[in-house]
Amino acid sequence: MNPQLRRHIASTALIIGFFVVWELLCIGFDIKDIVLPRPTQIIATLFDRLPAILPHATQTLYTTLVGFALGILFGVFIGCVIGSSRLAYDVAYPLLVGFSSIPKVAVVPIFVLWFGAGTVPAVLTAMILCIFPIVVNVATGLATTEPELEDVMRALKASKLDILTNVGLPRAMPYFFASLKVAVTQAFVGTVIAETVASNRGIGNLMMIASSSFDVPLVFAGLLILAILGVGLYVIFSFIEVRVIGWARRNDEFAMG
Amino acid sequence: MMPATVFRPAEPPEMPVEEEHHAFVELEKVTHTYGRGDRKIQALIETDLRIEQGDFVALVGPSGCGKSTILKLVTGLITASSGYVYVAGREVGAEPVRVGMAFQNPTMLPWLSLRDNVMLPLKIVPPFRREYRAKRRGEFRDRVEALLAQVGLGGFSDKYPWQLSGGMLQRASLCRALIHEPQLLMLDEPFGALDQFTREELWAVMQDLWMTRKPTVLLVTHDLKEAAYLASRICVMRARPGRIVEESEVAFPRPRTIAMSYEPNFVALTQRLRELIMSAQADKEETS
Repeated sequence: MNPQLRRHIASTALIIGFFVVWELLCIGFDIKDIVLPRPTQIIATLFDRLPAILPHATQTLYTTLVGFALGILFGVFIGCVIGSSRLAYDVAYPLLVGFSSIPKVAVVPIFVLWFGAGTVPAVLTAMILCIFPIVVNVATGLATTEPELEDVMRALKASKLDILTNVGLPRAMPYFFASLKVAVTQAFVGTVIAETVASNRGIGNLMMIASSSFDVPLVFAGLLILAILGVGLYVIFSFIEVRVIGWARRNDEFAMG
Repeated sequence: MMPATVFRPAEPPEMPVEEEHHAFVELEKVTHTYGRGDRKIQALIETDLRIEQGDFVALVGPSGCGKSTILKLVTGLITASSGYVYVAGREVGAEPVRVGMAFQNPTMLPWLSLRDNVMLPLKIVPPFRREYRAKRRGEFRDRVEALLAQVGLGGFSDKYPWQLSGGMLQRASLCRALIHEPQLLMLDEPFGALDQFTREELWAVMQDLWMTRKPTVLLVTHDLKEAAYLASRICVMRARPGRIVEESEVAFPRPRTIAMSYEPNFVALTQRLRELIMSAQADKEETS
């Protein structure tokens, strides 16, 4: 058995084992489903009420993806600006850290104040949550280009744009993709926060209403949906990552292919 | 960064430029300092250097003597604190001279195949730049393959840099420095990180490349044997502040071989260079 397959089997077993233990503990200690529902109950709830849950799920997915896309757009742009010069990097970094250290829940009311409750604040919250990792990673990728490589390019009389497109951006790609995987999960956090605070649609809102009516299995069904969506997007971006920046991994699967 | 202050008499506008003979590369009383205030380091002081077109000049000297500084000045990567640097008869940068560079570190781009790495200058440097899209899969590709074959890398062009050894990467790096037919080739200890045998092999490759293409070459090196094997002229530098203290012509016939490097007059030359550099270092210690 090759080690990779063994790894896959082990991690699948761990996931299944986690739910089995959960199920058994609930049964063994006779835990009420209003406190902690059993996994089987959660899955049953999910399938029973799928028609009601699905529109919320698509709303959340849609909001997250729009926010994520905007985050990539602005994040890459700001990252390029900051990463393109040492000065910009040093000057802008403190401000960036300042912004990132603001708890993002705190800005949701401001967005609601400006744009009203609904999709817009959720999109914006998702965006600002995922923008920071992207900016930092793209900027770092650009700023750490080897000076000798830059000398080679400058000796060829390459313009700033030439250097950016031929050396800087490709070199920043591994950093960019690493940030995307963090950013996409962050975008979900942003969306759900905003939906919980001020929206009448989305998984966040669904969980909010469900918990206020003590429909705990539905709350957990919402969590399960979020986990599935999050993992799904993570997998998609990992897949694209392997395709685009296989060179940075230098593993045997890619070598001598 | 501070703009370099260069004092010069006001020139009458219609003064003829080439009234006297200019070498292809010329340094005139060039002084260069890095940093400022207490941390000022004088890298070069009043250095003169002339390199004729098609010449192969080696710069040798103790470490920190400003060898790489001269290289960067001639390439236009840095501007002299004072003095003049002329390339192709005009101040450096004024004339669009094609330059190729290779360093100790091969600096290949890991996401590109060897072929695309070598092709990079063609994508950037005019006039190739304009035709890059059209000729990328035709003429340019053939040219890269031919050059790679000349340095012994035929059949490796689809490989990625991390699949190759250090010596192979350095060969590729030489190819990248030469693919756009530069008039000026700058080599900053390109063989410094290689083992003895690979290094000697690459000297032969380098000599072959120079003899077939005849670019003007400036080689910075620590290896005296390398300088004597490759160069037509060797400039010995003194350190801190750096300046050229001695120039010697190397008259051995080409193509030179490794066997020649064990002949008495070759050994005598490297011996003399060695003594010069040692005494330059001793001078420095006395004065400081």
